[in-house]
Amino acid sequence: MSVVPAQAVAGAGPRPDDGRAAPLAPRARLLPALAAVYRAQLSRARVARIPLLFVATFQSVGIMVLLRGVVSGGDPARSVVSGSAVLVVAFVALNLLAQYFGQLRAGGGLDHYATLPVPPAAVVLGAAGAYASFTVPGTVVTAVVGCLLFQLPMAHLWVLAAVVPLSGAALSGLGAALGLLAPRQELATLCGQLGMSAALLLGVLPAGRMPEAIGWARDLLPSTYGVEALAHSFAPRPDWFAVCADLGVCAAVGVLSLAVATWAYRRAAAR
Amino acid sequence: MPVCAVRDLVKTYPALRGRRGAAQAPAVRASDGITLDVRRGEIFGLLGPNGAGKSTLVRQLTGLLRPDSGSISVLGHDLVRHPERAARLLGYLGQESTALDELTVALAVETTGRLRGLGTREARAERDAVIDELGLADLAGRALKKLSGGQRRLACFATALIGERPLLVLDEPTTGMDPVARRAVWAAVDRRRAERGATVLLVTHNVLEAESVLDRVAVIDRGRVIACDTPGGLKEMVGEEVRLELVWRDRPPLDVPEVAALGAAARTSGRRWTLRLPADEARSAVAAVTAGPAFAALDDFTLATPSLEDVYLALGGRAEGLVKA
Ligand SMILES: Nc1ncnc2c1ncn2[C@@H]1O[C@H](COP(=O)(O)OP(=O)(O)O)[C@@H](O)[C@H]1O
Ligand SMILES: [Mg+2]
Repeated sequence: MSVVPAQAVAGAGPRPDDGRAAPLAPRARLLPALAAVYRAQLSRARVARIPLLFVATFQSVGIMVLLRGVVSGGDPARSVVSGSAVLVVAFVALNLLAQYFGQLRAGGGLDHYATLPVPPAAVVLGAAGAYASFTVPGTVVTAVVGCLLFQLPMAHLWVLAAVVPLSGAALSGLGAALGLLAPRQELATLCGQLGMSAALLLGVLPAGRMPEAIGWARDLLPSTYGVEALAHSFAPRPDWFAVCADLGVCAAVGVLSLAVATWAYRRAAAR
Repeated sequence: MPVCAVRDLVKTYPALRGRRGAAQAPAVRASDGITLDVRRGEIFGLLGPNGAGKSTLVRQLTGLLRPDSGSISVLGHDLVRHPERAARLLGYLGQESTALDELTVALAVETTGRLRGLGTREARAERDAVIDELGLADLAGRALKKLSGGQRRLACFATALIGERPLLVLDEPTTGMDPVARRAVWAAVDRRRAERGATVLLVTHNVLEAESVLDRVAVIDRGRVIACDTPGGLKEMVGEEVRLELVWRDRPPLDVPEVAALGAAARTSGRRWTLRLPADEARSAVAAVTAGPAFAALDDFTLATPSLEDVYLALGGRAEGLVKA
């Protein structure tokens, strides 16, 4: 029988991963963790962001009032109203979320999550979901006010129930990714604001009169498809196929941008 | 087997390229060949001034930072190869709290518990228990960023405790805390050690804290461990006396016999008395002046452990940055 002390076998150093390794505590599962992050983020947003939601809504309503002098009825009116409604989502989900993740990364806040056994997707989806659902009241108010201003039918406003979460997913994924990938916090804020300006200019202004290059940029912006879906629903007889197609693109972009955001989070958390 | 074994750990932060005109920040070797063992059930401290490399070391132990070379084994797991396991082995309190700032204390603790894998009910029950234990009940409904620095720190400490782990890694847990909060922290740490056999690794730059609560200390300077022993053992390297400083509001209460006795031995400068005493006498002197009429006349006191500081200096450390309060 060998009586060589374990120490001698192992050499001077410790022997990692030997048979006596302590059991690992269980991981947090995806859905409960997502729910916990969502709840915490929603409460954060409630406390800190209500004034900003007012600003967002005010901005959108203001734009519609301004454009009422220029645009009267028809296609342009529809795209102004739907663009302004989705702009609220862009303001909160893209701009504020980019800012938030930029801040979190710069201030070492990601460490808190990185030292908990939580799936990265739960952190990103929870935050994105909270910011997106936080935009609901502002979007609805803007859409209703817009319908009144431009005398558009409100019968199909329920389409918002799909437009907000889907464009919310797409824009908040983009916002989170920008915030997490930007090398510096100020750049994250800047990117978020640029993204929102793009959503404003490309989403609200009627598409017909734009130069071709801008039309391309418009097609690349995820919020465009939410805007179009909503605009279609204001038609006297909505083209439901077009609505569904636009929402489908929105959903696909949403999945993609959330996946990118999750990847960006992993990258930022594991420095 | 040690709970935490570190061998020849090296971590260099790369040089930052200066921007137009700005000076270039040189590379910093923040961990310069660190080797240490933390034993089971121990309260082990890392002591050193700001910039010594304490946070860099614990960030490697918690899987947040990848070492350039060397090995880290925590509870038998190789954390260099599997940094993601750290989250399932240890509870960590970092120096920052930005992730939680806008949450209420209760929600911050509960959410952290959920993310540490607790179910809803468990998380709530543990949340209430931890909040009670730390005396945070009155603050439970307030947002962290509305609290004072010390209160916020205590709330963050609560998040490190929920969802029990066999190892706690705490980076300057008591910064900014008042004595009541500090006592709550040490009581909670001690309870986890005594009742559940937990091991605690904590960072401090407070010499008094190191003296009074740690079982063993590694003194860190410029990324190296320059000494590692019990506080008493380190102290013996340079003698056994401690320094007690008393500052009186106006005149010392010489009618209190203990104070009169101390006065005879003190070096006086204005309202300040400085005494060099054996540790046990210093302890009873503190007890005497922090009670009754003597306490009413006392403006401030510090029990410094010049020995630890002197050990530090004798070993080539830089003095500035160590706190003695
Ligand atoms: N992210 C970083 N990039 C570059 N240098 C860093 C970084 N973090 C810390 N340092 C440097 O590494 C050294 C050790 O820092 P740190 O571990 O934070 O010390 P302590 O926690 O003991 O105060 C310091 O000189 C500090 O300036
Ligand atoms: Mg530090």
